[in-house]
Amino acid sequence: MSGPRVALVDGGGTNIGSVSYALERLGATARLTSDPADILAADRVLLPGVGAAGVGMRRLRELGLDEVLHQVQAPLLGVCLGMQLLLDHTEEDGGVQGLGLISGQVRAIPAAPGLRVPHMGWNALTGLVQDPILAGIEEGERAYFVHCYAAPPGPHTVASATHGAPLSAVIRSGLRWGAQFHPERSASVGARLLRNFVVEVAR
Amino acid sequence: MTLARRIIPCLDVREGRVVKGTRFRDHRDMGDIVELATRYATEGADELVFYDITASPQGRGVDVNWVTRVARAIDIPFCVAGGIRTVDQARAVLHAGADKISVNTPATRRPELVTELAEAFGVQCVVVGVDSLRDEDGVWRIRQLTGDPDATRALSVTTLDWVRQVQEHGAGEVVLNCMGSDGVRQGYDLEQLAAVRTVCGVPLVASGGAGAPEHFVDVFRDADVDGALAATVFHSGAIPLPALKRTLADAGVEVRLTPDMAA
Repeated sequence: MSGPRVALVDGGGTNIGSVSYALERLGATARLTSDPADILAADRVLLPGVGAAGVGMRRLRELGLDEVLHQVQAPLLGVCLGMQLLLDHTEEDGGVQGLGLISGQVRAIPAAPGLRVPHMGWNALTGLVQDPILAGIEEGERAYFVHCYAAPPGPHTVASATHGAPLSAVIRSGLRWGAQFHPERSASVGARLLRNFVVEVAR
Repeated sequence: MTLARRIIPCLDVREGRVVKGTRFRDHRDMGDIVELATRYATEGADELVFYDITASPQGRGVDVNWVTRVARAIDIPFCVAGGIRTVDQARAVLHAGADKISVNTPATRRPELVTELAEAFGVQCVVVGVDSLRDEDGVWRIRQLTGDPDATRALSVTTLDWVRQVQEHGAGEVVLNCMGSDGVRQGYDLEQLAAVRTVCGVPLVASGGAGAPEHFVDVFRDADVDGALAATVFHSGAIPLPALKRTLADAGVEVRLTPDMAA
């Protein structure tokens, strides 16, 4: 009952149910909130997100949550669009400024013959860098991705995947992490990453 | 290593239970929805599709209670089909924890529905189911209202044109149900799937005709589909998922093997 309190930032996305159920399965207490005090008091902060970048950022700004997320001292994890919004800028919706909490750009997955967009399904995690959020996850294990935009690998990439070109699967800067795939829908690999986020990463 | 081909068991749901009928009639109870969903997830299914067979023909929306129960229990993605005609109905299903929603007949009546869903939730959430049959002139055309054999209607639009159109409207995935091979268990309709593949830039899922493990090998190799859906062969236990994944891996098809299959 006294598991870590995870604040799920309510940015209006639709995969909030599945993320909170995944955290419940790990024994954490997940609370959907857009209240700054709640977010700043939590042991962990998770920014989920399904949908489009323009709407997602606009909603965070309207609620003043862009400022709040900059003040968060606890470990922070962005998932899918939530990860993309942690970065500086995305090409989606004609170009949207992100939160700039981790440096990097998000680009459209380029169309190529035989390459399906959206990138949808189970892809292998490669180029794993030693990081507490990846503890127990092996090179080549698969996670569930579904997205049309991606961050090319950069200095903050700690795991990659390849769909036409390489892309960042997991990024990290200080106590801020992002996962492009959906850990809540990635079977044991995803549960491991969420457990690492809730239990392993140092405060 | 790259993206894995997906194996997708499809479960028909009536009033929160999994049922199995013959050509949509005489439904037999197959068990509790959460129990079966959990079993498939554990055995290595890559994704599940739940088709709410009460919702669509009776003009009802989806009862989201069972969607929530499934979302709490499983840790792989799932899609809900049947009974979704509006953005609000889709939102309720997605908020309950579904990852994708699939529309079929409502999209044939009002293709703008696909656009509205894609704008509201992103193309990655929006699947369009296409029921297709070859007509006497040799051309594949789509059908609507296939949930009720007495109400099924043939439309004039060709399957290839329809698949092009739904992508323009914002479909993020197409499930092609080849009605001519459905229920016959003689293999997927490779000719039709390969033809649709040439006009389908989003993920394409094959449906209808799986009867043996080799049929899955064939459909991935010869029609280059991204996923293969089946119901009966999984429900009956005729094809166990771990053995199917091994067969595919041995044939050189990229699949997700869970640790207990690797041995």
